[in-house]
Amino acid sequence: MTGIVWYLTIFVLAAFVGYEVISKVPSILHTPLMSGSNAIHGIVLVGALFIMGEATGPAQLVLGFVTVFLATLNIVGGFVVTDRMLEMFHAKPERSSSPAPPAPPAAAPPAEVPAAAPPAEVPAAAPAAEVPGAESRGP
Amino acid sequence: MTALLHGFSFPLSTWRSAVYLVAIIGFVLALKGLSFPRHARRGNLLGAGAALIAVGMTFSAGTVNHSARNLGLAFGAMALGTVVAVPAARLVKMTAMPQMVAMFNGVGGGAAALISVIELLHVHGTGVSPATYVIVEAVLGVLIGCVSFAGSAISFAKLQELMPTRPIVYPAQQPINAVVGAGILALFVTSVVTGSVAYVFGVLGLSLVLGVVFTLPIGGADVPVLISLLNAFTGLAVAASGFTLGNPLLIVAGTLVGASGMLLTRLMSKAMGRSLPNILFSAFGAVVTATGTAEGLGGKVVKTSTPDDVAVLLAYARKVAIVPGYGLAVAQAQHVVKELADELMTRGVEVFYAIHPVAGRMPGHMNVLLAEANVPYDELKEMDEANPELPTTDVALVVGANDTVNPAAIDSPGSPIYGMPIVHADRAQHIVFLKRSMRPGFAGIDNALLFDDKTVLLFGDAKDTLQKLVSSVKAV
Repeated sequence: MTGIVWYLTIFVLAAFVGYEVISKVPSILHTPLMSGSNAIHGIVLVGALFIMGEATGPAQLVLGFVTVFLATLNIVGGFVVTDRMLEMFHAKPERSSSPAPPAPPAAAPPAEVPAAAPPAEVPAAAPAAEVPGAESRGP
Repeated sequence: MTALLHGFSFPLSTWRSAVYLVAIIGFVLALKGLSFPRHARRGNLLGAGAALIAVGMTFSAGTVNHSARNLGLAFGAMALGTVVAVPAARLVKMTAMPQMVAMFNGVGGGAAALISVIELLHVHGTGVSPATYVIVEAVLGVLIGCVSFAGSAISFAKLQELMPTRPIVYPAQQPINAVVGAGILALFVTSVVTGSVAYVFGVLGLSLVLGVVFTLPIGGADVPVLISLLNAFTGLAVAASGFTLGNPLLIVAGTLVGASGMLLTRLMSKAMGRSLPNILFSAFGAVVTATGTAEGLGGKVVKTSTPDDVAVLLAYARKVAIVPGYGLAVAQAQHVVKELADELMTRGVEVFYAIHPVAGRMPGHMNVLLAEANVPYDELKEMDEANPELPTTDVALVVGANDTVNPAAIDSPGSPIYGMPIVHADRAQHIVFLKRSMRPGFAGIDNALLFDDKTVLLFGDAKDTLQKLVSSVKAV
């Protein structure tokens, strides 16, 4: 296949995947999903870096700098803001059928998680993910 | 062994493509994860990791790292972008989240448009006249990227209330839009036919205008759907940049976002009970029909109550539904409302939150705000789950919501919100509205439920009123 047809093939297949992959999203996740997919198109930074590398002359250099800057805002800001939204999503640690547990959830982490270490939060979030019932669908 | 190793000695560009493929898989799994509450955060981190390795590997390309000057500028721009983006994203208030997403989306669209412009300039500078499809791709990238950039900027201004949130309508609006569109099309065709790069700047200018005029007539309540649409646009603009640069990573990532964003936009407008064209083109809410007074609808007068009376009502109820709306977010009352709910639960009252899909400013926004206040998401009932419970609910406590509980959506076919699904607060035994004033909601229409015999109103700032309720309930 020649270049352009090859790229169109990729484009069409990606469109189907994109449509299918989120078709079961519950409405509580609409905002984080929008924010998360916003971060994903921040990968335009890769294109911006190629453009910057090949830029010659003042006009292209200035435009290239602006492009890399804007793309970085998109990708960094996008992922950080989405993580901030999602760090607040946690199920009640001991979910029981009793409708009125007296105390606030004891093991739930406070909403304020230090900015510095989002990856370190992954193991901490894992136990909450094991709580049955809150979301019946599996991966 | 050496022969085996030799079999893996692909050129660096092949390894780079392989890493891009890994990143693509990461992005698909990230979107998948973001569709489930339990995996959403891991999904996002996976996407961030995929982006990180892809960006890192990009620096191995000779065209990226050949010039120390250009490389230095690239690192400088990335450092500057990170220094601006991280504090902005960390410090933004949860209520201001929608405009933050709009801004990050807009700059992405701007970057995609600039890539197409610079690439054309670059090709032009080498003296080769670009192939027709290269111009088509580049012009599409400029068009979609600029519409997304300008549209996001207006959305930001509307949500930040830097400009009126009501739809802005002016005479000959549609003809003007049509002229702008036709101008872009003419420049598009001219640049393809003549193979000249100069017309692309015309497309750039007019596309920015189109982004503005397209966005102006869309009211504040509908802006979230617009942001979702512009998010999909930016995805497509990034895909167009991928075509221009011949980069499959950008094509796939951009298209994934474009396609999922379109679906998400449709799901959102469905949740509002309206069609997408209706949201985009009807200047919904431009005309305020509400009287906005305490006296309306056949001379009926609203009944106001006191926190003490409402506290008694709540404390002796069996089941209480809290129906939050944007007013709760504005008043930053999500923590106090949880305090009230906890206080009621310790007294044995069954409490749940009935969340309309578009409560707040974005679909799912209310869930984020309540999650911020540590409300477990399994106490949040979505509208379809909450509505069957409401007839057996003693008190529906409506905090800063209006249009999402307006029965006009069900029973008055002439109403602008007719057909929108609502939370059936009207079916509860008692309804308590916490309202700032009699000002109507975004739709600009009266709400008959305010005048209902089972309804009482507590005027004032939602946070203050809730605090009074908490202390009154404690005293009961």
